[in-house]
Amino acid sequence: MKRLSRFRRHRAVAPLLLVLALFSIGTTFSVAGAATSTPISAAEKSALIDEGKQLFLKGCSSCHGLNAEGGGIAPSLIGVGAASVDFQVATGRMPMADMSTQAMRKKPVYNEKQVEALAAYVASLAPGPEVPGESQLNYERDGSAAQGGELFRTNCAMCHNFAGQGGALTQGKYAPSVMGVEPRHIYEAMITGPQSMPVFSDKTITPAEKLSIIKWIKAAEAEPQLGGAALGRVGPVTEGLLVWTLGLGLLVGVAVWLAMKAR
Amino acid sequence: MTARERIAGSVANYVDERTGAAAWMKKNLNKVFPDHWSFLLGEIALYSFVILLLSGTFLTFWFDPSQREVIYDGGYQPLSGLKMSAAYASTLHISFEVRGGLLMRQIHHWAALIFMAAIVVHLMRVYFTGAFRKPREFNWIIGVGLLTLGIVEGFLGYSLPDDLLSGTGIRIAEAIIQALPLVGSYLAFFAFGGAFPGEAFIPRIYTVHVLLLPGAFLALITVHLMLVWYQKHTQYPGPGRTEKNVVGYPLLPVYMAKAGGFFFIVFGVTAFLGAVASINPIWLYGPYTPGQISAGSQPDWYMGWLDGLVRMAPPLETHAFGHTISWNILIPGLIVPGILFTGMALYPFIESWMTGDKREHHLLDRPRNAPNRTALGVMSLTFMLVALINGGNDIIATTFHLTINQIMWFSRIAIFVLPPLSFVITKRLCLSLQRADRDLVLHGRETGRLVMMPHGEFVEVHEPISPEKAWLLTQHEQNPALALDENDSRGVRRPGALKNKLRARLSKAHAVAVPKVTAEDLKEIEHH
Repeated sequence: MKRLSRFRRHRAVAPLLLVLALFSIGTTFSVAGAATSTPISAAEKSALIDEGKQLFLKGCSSCHGLNAEGGGIAPSLIGVGAASVDFQVATGRMPMADMSTQAMRKKPVYNEKQVEALAAYVASLAPGPEVPGESQLNYERDGSAAQGGELFRTNCAMCHNFAGQGGALTQGKYAPSVMGVEPRHIYEAMITGPQSMPVFSDKTITPAEKLSIIKWIKAAEAEPQLGGAALGRVGPVTEGLLVWTLGLGLLVGVAVWLAMKAR
Repeated sequence: MTARERIAGSVANYVDERTGAAAWMKKNLNKVFPDHWSFLLGEIALYSFVILLLSGTFLTFWFDPSQREVIYDGGYQPLSGLKMSAAYASTLHISFEVRGGLLMRQIHHWAALIFMAAIVVHLMRVYFTGAFRKPREFNWIIGVGLLTLGIVEGFLGYSLPDDLLSGTGIRIAEAIIQALPLVGSYLAFFAFGGAFPGEAFIPRIYTVHVLLLPGAFLALITVHLMLVWYQKHTQYPGPGRTEKNVVGYPLLPVYMAKAGGFFFIVFGVTAFLGAVASINPIWLYGPYTPGQISAGSQPDWYMGWLDGLVRMAPPLETHAFGHTISWNILIPGLIVPGILFTGMALYPFIESWMTGDKREHHLLDRPRNAPNRTALGVMSLTFMLVALINGGNDIIATTFHLTINQIMWFSRIAIFVLPPLSFVITKRLCLSLQRADRDLVLHGRETGRLVMMPHGEFVEVHEPISPEKAWLLTQHEQNPALALDENDSRGVRRPGALKNKLRARLSKAHAVAVPKVTAEDLKEIEHH
């Protein structure tokens, strides 16, 4: 010990200690992080796929076919990947409540475990985009809101509106609001292109840029109503409506009052 | 004489000796104005204009009308480090760093929307009561001019901040300019100083927005008010009111107090809206670049009908002699508005031509007593409303879970079907109201009291209406249609027979009325 303490004022000590500290923190984190998403064994995986298949046969096969090959009213799911299943089922879009133009976001029918099983089953049919892990979704660290805003306005706003409030498409289809959507689902929507949405591959929008978009969406969501009541953030239509109802209503009311004869 | 009166008197005398104002003031301060709430609608427009001048001046202190590219380093983080025009950056600066800046911007924009809405309701009042008739035709034309300039001025203001919505609007304006056959592309190059968007447009429209058009407004509003002053205000019919007098209150003190107070109320309502409701949140729209667009891009409401017309136009284009004519822009963007506004400006002359009425009118019509005019007005409003609704078709589609195509097809059909239908319905309603008026004068007011006669019959007791009310319901003129014979006394066709035929027809339609109660009718009733 005494020998060691002789070097305690050596000028290499501080950098060494720093490296040591960083290394130990890094190890701890990677061990702890791995603990939350432990790679599952082959046996567990096949059990999950089996469970997913059972759920699929009960809940999905009537439209998507017994082997997910698709049918007249529903597309084939071979090769859509786990990300697609996670997006469609965990946001409640699938199973559809009725055969309307577009699947609506609603309360999910399956719980998280069941969604995972369904995703595993569909992913086992053919390779496709995977569900992004927690480590891939650290938008707070890896994204830039300003860049995300530019990307959103260039690629998303034409359907989802400048503030992500959603908008109308043709024939009753629509781009839903992106407010209050889980980061994972936003990411999955970009890589799988659900319904009318195009796929934004990692070549078009890199993973880091996708995180920037998510960061901007979350910033827009958290932004306080800076100028007073936001009126839905849909532009001049609601403003015009307010002026003709409240604004002119008040002023004409006052005019009537001013011109009343004193009693 | 108290000390105060002595001082006031000597000050007044001092001014009078040098300006001779006393006689003029005495005459004009005693000028009488009739009292009715609908006469205050134009005042709302006037006061919003004053608010626009004041708040707009405030905004010019910080606004930089330049399309020079800058890198944003202001306080709003989600735009930090982005390239944008100085115009947009300075508008962000006004919104986030200038004290009271956002409030002023919002007051300015709300005041603009109120200004246009007040002009429209004022126009409706003038139209439906026939206040545009001789001698007020020029003032009507000035009013139509103010409405048109207001639309242009509002659009330029909407375009100035150079945000994504502004730029989209300018892009559409450019398309409408380009749609003009032959000269369109040259005019667009001239306006933008080259290709879109260039760097010249915003500085140019800034000059027009803050100098040229406000100047034109001031001049036209002054003439508008001077004519009201000189021609005296119209009044609603009533006992003691004639074509030769004005019944009401003097300017001082009654109207001064009312009008002065009303200014502050208009200012208060505008400031209230500016304080509690967000308008044109340009920081959310982002800076304009031609490669971007937002779903639900809309103009302000006073342009919404124009957008709606363009949105419902089918994709028609012709190519001839190396030129493309985009009928889908040309017709809804220029031809239809041109016809509408020209027709509106000329309407006083058209009506006087139809009726052959060249006399002065200072007593207003009750809308029901001019069924044709009222129906035509409702018809025009219906047209505008259908167009306006289609202008917001995307927002309506998402809000009410409809399809945008359904709304577009509804509008395409409704724009042809609903206006004529509303004409017929309105005319019928007016005639029914005339019939009800006639009943009221002849048989009196229904009291709701039922009486059983000795022989068992139940009758409702009617009470005669007051003489004032009876006067109001019977004072209007009912002029017969023009008698325009096709042939003269010798049986020879007159020149311009076809024009006369049309005129006689229109005149006949205009003169349709339920005969009002005459003095003879009343005498006959008294005999019973």
